[in-house]
Amino acid sequence: MADNHKMWEELGMNLELHDQLCEVLPQAFGDVFLSQENRPEGMDYYNMVVADIHGIRPAELIEHQKKGGKVFGTFCVYVPDEVIFAADAIATGLCGGSQFWVPGGEKVLPTNTCPLIKASVGARLDRTCPFFRIADMYIGETTCDGKKKAWEILAEDVPVHVMDLPQMKRAKDVKAWAEEIAALKEKVEEFTGNTVTAEKLAESIKLINGKRKALARLYDCRKSETLPISGTDALVISQIAFYDDPARFTQMTNKLCDELEQRIKDGVSVVPAGTKRIMLTGTPLAIPNWKLHNIVETSGAVVVCEEMCTGTRYFENYVDESKETVEDQITAIAERYMNINCACFTPNHARIDDILRLAKEYKVDGIIDVNLKFCNLYDTEGYFIERAMKEANIPVLGIETDYTDSDAQQLRTRVSAFVEMLNN
Amino acid sequence: MNYVGIDIGSTASKVAVTGEKELKFVLPTGWSSKETTMLIKEKLLEDGVDVGDAETKVAATGYGRIAVDFADYVITEITCHARGGREMAGDECTIIDVGGQDTKVILVSEGMVQDFLMNDKCSAGTGKFLEIMANRLGVSLQELFDMAAAGTVLPISSLCTVFAESEVINYIGEGKNREDIAAGVVDSVAAKVAQLSQRKNLSEKVILTGGLSHSRYFTGILSAKVGKTVEPTADGRYAGALGAALLAREKSARR
Ligand code: SF4
Ligand code: SF4
Repeated sequence: MADNHKMWEELGMNLELHDQLCEVLPQAFGDVFLSQENRPEGMDYYNMVVADIHGIRPAELIEHQKKGGKVFGTFCVYVPDEVIFAADAIATGLCGGSQFWVPGGEKVLPTNTCPLIKASVGARLDRTCPFFRIADMYIGETTCDGKKKAWEILAEDVPVHVMDLPQMKRAKDVKAWAEEIAALKEKVEEFTGNTVTAEKLAESIKLINGKRKALARLYDCRKSETLPISGTDALVISQIAFYDDPARFTQMTNKLCDELEQRIKDGVSVVPAGTKRIMLTGTPLAIPNWKLHNIVETSGAVVVCEEMCTGTRYFENYVDESKETVEDQITAIAERYMNINCACFTPNHARIDDILRLAKEYKVDGIIDVNLKFCNLYDTEGYFIERAMKEANIPVLGIETDYTDSDAQQLRTRVSAFVEMLNN
Repeated sequence: MNYVGIDIGSTASKVAVTGEKELKFVLPTGWSSKETTMLIKEKLLEDGVDVGDAETKVAATGYGRIAVDFADYVITEITCHARGGREMAGDECTIIDVGGQDTKVILVSEGMVQDFLMNDKCSAGTGKFLEIMANRLGVSLQELFDMAAAGTVLPISSLCTVFAESEVINYIGEGKNREDIAAGVVDSVAAKVAQLSQRKNLSEKVILTGGLSHSRYFTGILSAKVGKTVEPTADGRYAGALGAALLAREKSARR
């Protein structure tokens, strides 16, 4: 692995603090991933990406900036990458998934803020993540209250553009979102100096749809009784999708899917027949948050689907590729994105329908509804999920957790008991 | 054959044997589950049960279950409590277990775990909370309950152990009646346990297990709060160990 210290230093990072992170990550990755048996060969690519997570991709982004390109950091699956790539800029996900960044966030945020927000703010203010340093502009959104206020704090340190996301899904809300996307387009054009033409936008719509299709193909493989890939491996692929080069990611994921489909034909499964199939629902699992997948998959069950932003909410539904004017394209983009069902919306019954549908498609034996501590929205919605699953006779386990390891033992007991219950 | 259930809890370790021998005993867990496990092994040997021989099957459960390196089966406390509780209350029941570290509510239907809940990281509503408060008042757990029975409840409103403790300190500072404080402490634990239980639809038959399970005083308060009769159990603290022993028997027969 190349020595990245010079690059990090030029990015104005806090090297001493960052070195602490670099020390623990390989160990964590090894414990969780490399200890798995019978992994697909195609995972090599993702192993490499994670192993040098603060090296390879940041270097590419800097290369892009040297050629005059801009990099935009995003935090939510409602923010349309299409518009950013159409201006020859790069979008990269910035959600923080490690406890390492949380204390930095707590310096400025109330303790009862969700760890995702705390980690994201901490990563910027503590200068311990190259992606947070590289991004020329952050794109925020008005989703939950915690994030809304966090943008104001971040905006004192880095340019932030906030998109006003509606909280309902009436026709006028979809229209309002289209207007916000048009405003984003103008902002991006002004910031990059490039014009977003219909041709450019058509290209990037295809590019991002391609990524979605590759992920859908990966998830389709997980529907099979013969399970060719672990949930832990699938999760890290979903996480990498947020910041890898989209074209390369699509190509590598399709290549992996060739192998997985072959495995299904050959009857190669990563778990013994009869292993209970779990779907996780709830708040996002930002990289490197692998805690629950690891617990589930070392407790005798397997994760086959994530109804999460790092999961189905990210790739389901495509943008209509047939539109020819920028205006129509933006409407098509707005329509696709407003199909995502996040707990920020009211009402959000469609999410329950999604979960019931996914439970069937992925032949799920039980659901673990995961809530990041202090996320009021998903916590409250858990009430409806539990009720609906009861009615459908699907066992549910509700879990609330954060990024620390202090509750690992308790979680393990709950998850194991849940698996014992399913096995009975 | 002998079937041994070992339940290593955070404060007490319970052992139940069924088969040729029938016995149970309890030991304090101490600071090391490993050490406690060794003591249990020796104690069993004194009683004529050798965990090493082929005629003995061992199931370990509880918070320290991993430490029992001679166990044939390792099973979570939820499943074991359900099995033990079922033995005490039948195939359709709800088990409320107030443990040293956590409190759980287990719904059993047709003899199987149907659903369960555990309290969050917070220790309010667990035995730990009672222990901390008894320490504050300078009495034993039994004395705390005796005092409480003679007092009238002083409200403790905080849901968090740390804040509740300062409320108690304030009451002590104000020179409030110790019996009344004790009654407030027990009442607040019951309230927290009831709050957790009410998230689920409890069965008609509800029993209390764990260290407080024999206390009619506590089940009385709890019953009033959940609006259903919560029955005390004589051997409730052994529910997990007994369940583990029974599961050891069933699992070894299945092979
Ligand atoms: S959970 Fe909601 S707010 Fe958070 S990233 Fe997903 S869509 Fe956005
Ligand atoms: S998990 Fe919940 S609280 Fe956290 S950022 Fe997402 S919506 Fe907001």
